[in-house]
Amino acid sequence: MTLLRHLVAAVVAGAVIWALSVQLNAFRDFQMAEIAVYVVAIAGLSLLIGLSGQISLGHGAFMAVGAYTAALLMLHLNWPLWAVFPASAAVTAAAGAVVGLAAARLSGPYLAGATLMLAVALPSLAFQFPGVFGGDQGLSVTVTTPAALGATFPPTRWLAWVCALAALITLVILANLARSRVGRNWRAIRDDPVAAALSGLNVGALRVLAFIVSAACAGLAGAMLAITTSLVSPGSFTLSLSIALLAGAVLGGLGTLTGALWGALVIVLVPTYVTDVATSHGFSGGVAANIPIAAYGVVLIVVMLIFPQGIQGGLRRLARQFMPTPPTHLGPPGRRPPARSDEDLDSPYRRPPVSEHQEEGTS
Amino acid sequence: MNEFLQFTLGGVSFGMVYAAIALSLVLIWRGTRILNYAQGAMAVLTTYIALTVINHTGSYWAGFVAALAAGLVLGALIERTVIRPVENRPPLNAVVVTIGLLVLIEGVVGIIYGGQYRSFPAAFSVTGLHAGSVPLGISRNDVFVAAAVLVVALALAAMFRFTSAGLRLRAAAFNAYAARLLGVRVGRVLTLGWALAGLIGALAGLLVSPDTFLYPSSMDSIFVLGFTAAVIGGLDSPVGAIVGGLILGVALNYVAGYLGSNLVLIFGLIALVAVLMIRPSGLFSVSHGRQV
Repeated sequence: MTLLRHLVAAVVAGAVIWALSVQLNAFRDFQMAEIAVYVVAIAGLSLLIGLSGQISLGHGAFMAVGAYTAALLMLHLNWPLWAVFPASAAVTAAAGAVVGLAAARLSGPYLAGATLMLAVALPSLAFQFPGVFGGDQGLSVTVTTPAALGATFPPTRWLAWVCALAALITLVILANLARSRVGRNWRAIRDDPVAAALSGLNVGALRVLAFIVSAACAGLAGAMLAITTSLVSPGSFTLSLSIALLAGAVLGGLGTLTGALWGALVIVLVPTYVTDVATSHGFSGGVAANIPIAAYGVVLIVVMLIFPQGIQGGLRRLARQFMPTPPTHLGPPGRRPPARSDEDLDSPYRRPPVSEHQEEGTS
Repeated sequence: MNEFLQFTLGGVSFGMVYAAIALSLVLIWRGTRILNYAQGAMAVLTTYIALTVINHTGSYWAGFVAALAAGLVLGALIERTVIRPVENRPPLNAVVVTIGLLVLIEGVVGIIYGGQYRSFPAAFSVTGLHAGSVPLGISRNDVFVAAAVLVVALALAAMFRFTSAGLRLRAAAFNAYAARLLGVRVGRVLTLGWALAGLIGALAGLLVSPDTFLYPSSMDSIFVLGFTAAVIGGLDSPVGAIVGGLILGVALNYVAGYLGSNLVLIFGLIALVAVLMIRPSGLFSVSHGRQV
């Protein structure tokens, strides 16, 4: 049932994206591809933090692994896209397994520090081995639009289609995973590792698995970014990328896939808009480029202090206020079970507030 | 052999900078169990303030003092405004908030001062010293760097040991609840801890910027290495922070000297992961049940 519902949602979303993409100009198509990239990366990160309770500040580094893998496969082996994407995800998943093995023993601040170091350190490998990774210049990637679409078909639209399709497939897989036994187990180890271990769950293995899944998403996103920007260079995978992903995940609402979409929309559209406004008001390019970075900081602080459940949490609260009691429950009349929509994966930062349940129960 | 001596002495100078960052992290960690990921960014901001003051007054030492004062104020300000609300929340909240501060400060610095690399003056001559005819690989300024951190660390230790403010700091870190019952204003003490950490971070920024140049993210790599030094020493131990910084500084200077400077961060990462895997409580910390 769940699988069917997610598939239907994906098909509907695909139709909407297709309809949008043919209306939009080349730049907007490019932005659509970018949004798809960030949705995948943020969804993976959001799942890791929100469901398994582990933080990573190094997802930009995982995206770099995926992007370089994709670039090398396409440059040297001429692999087609449908093979490059899974291969990049697989290679990055392996990297994620290594990091995850180390991470499973660490908690909170230590894990954050170690992954932060990963994000800062990894790009320097590109400088150490310029023969393989192209050094500062990076590697350039070209994707040919299929001949069947005609010679005049805009290449960015093809990229938007490819990226959107990859994103939709990933989201369906993640949505099902989150609703599955594995997803429930992740929530169990997040809320109380000791209780979960007593119930027979292998806490370490589940933590590593979460890292693998999350890294695979980041790797796929990296490969998508490589073909979208047609360039893979160390400058694209700085610490700010990792933090932008974190800001997107926190802003959208940790642990929710819809939240990942909100996060990605903000991360892609707002900086472009702000930079446009700033340059048109006569600020220099350097200033304009730094405004989004400062804004990510404000977002992280304000969301964490004021509404830790992010946009999706806020929307859900609104929906709960304005929508009548769902008719499906079988409790006594006038009483509602604790409101919990299908996608409610909770945030580790705030347990469902007790008072809210009581109010609902007595209303 | 000459080379080895140069790398070792040069490593001590770098190591003292890592030690300073580590010391500021330890100071905050002991009081609030929070890792301040914004420490590096705060140091960037105070160093830019120093640069502005130096350009206006022409005096290095005026800028030096201004940066330290700015660090003190900035630390206290940040603790009071954004850290206080997350102090007793789950640890991830504090992580996200301090990461937010990190990018916020770097972004603001970029907006105000621009992103270009700027050179920052050194306090003393940077020409290499010789013992007889043997080059030592360090300059007068490197000696100053090591001495400055050492003096600050000793002053801090004396403060902790001999003053009543130091006693309160130790009491609040040891058991905030009991300290509060005994009349210690724990909130103020925590603010003091953050202010002192801000000062030490500012010192680190001043000392390292002649080597690294100054740009909004110039302290990122210094910060992660300082964090590694703190973990090596055990996040609870100020002595461990200094020793961890020295070990890391010297070891990484060998890596830079013999293998290439691009590998410094990679080896730092390896060292960090190795320490966390093998002895997560660090070399100088009393072990507890679960700390990591």
